[in-house]
Amino acid sequence: MRRVPPIFALVMLAMWLLLNSSISLAHIILGAVISSLLLLAAYPLRPLQPRMRRGPVLLRLAFKVLIDVIRSNIGVARVILGLTERGKIHSGFMQIPLDLRDPHGLSVLAMIITCTPGTVWVELSPDRSMLTIHVLDLVDESEWIERIKNRYERALIEVFQ
Amino acid sequence: MIATEFPLWATLPASLLLVIGGLLTVIGSLGLLRLPTFFARMHGPSMGNTLGTGCVLIASMILSSALLHRPVAHEFIITVFIVIVSPVTAMLVMRAARYRTRVKEERRQQGLQREQE
Repeated sequence: MRRVPPIFALVMLAMWLLLNSSISLAHIILGAVISSLLLLAAYPLRPLQPRMRRGPVLLRLAFKVLIDVIRSNIGVARVILGLTERGKIHSGFMQIPLDLRDPHGLSVLAMIITCTPGTVWVELSPDRSMLTIHVLDLVDESEWIERIKNRYERALIEVFQ
Repeated sequence: MIATEFPLWATLPASLLLVIGGLLTVIGSLGLLRLPTFFARMHGPSMGNTLGTGCVLIASMILSSALLHRPVAHEFIITVFIVIVSPVTAMLVMRAARYRTRVKEERRQQGLQREQE
């Protein structure tokens, strides 16, 4: 049998403790038993193994995303209220070539892009090399490519590939 | 009804966060009215989805921690699940919309060809 990464059990245990909002010994034991049983039951259903390295990079990425979410919330609010200098909305599709191939990394990228207001993930080409997104305030395509490749994709490649 | 007294350190930031979150969600929903195309309208509600709910959840954390006199943080799980789940619906809606515009475009072109004939 393959080895189950302990991080899954730890995350599920943390969720159990948060839901019960207690860190008493009884809850830790109960949560550990439940999460390991659930993991043993569910792990064979998912044959794909995520390989995660360098957790601190992921934490820094999460912080960056939080800042971007706040910034783009303000940006989208300005567009909706008509406060931009141009007054006209240039929204449109754009394509981004990707170097990230790992499905777990790609799903994290999808979460980041969809959760940032102003950008929505549209589709990925079947060979995972070209991503189409829709941008609300599309002024400079190269700026967006730069931002997604440098800010998000590089960190995700470091962690997942 | 029992009037619960919250301490000032909890009510001030919590009410500020609730107002900000509500405003963000309202502006996001206003986008549904103001933005011109379907694809642009996709972006409005995601404001309420992210920072809007975020502010409300932090306010809820502060108030329930003050009420129970111990840290309450299980609202955090709501945020995690919203982040995990929202791309699924976004992608589904987006693909359906793209398919629909493509079909419309094809029909329009067929109509044009027929007129030319």
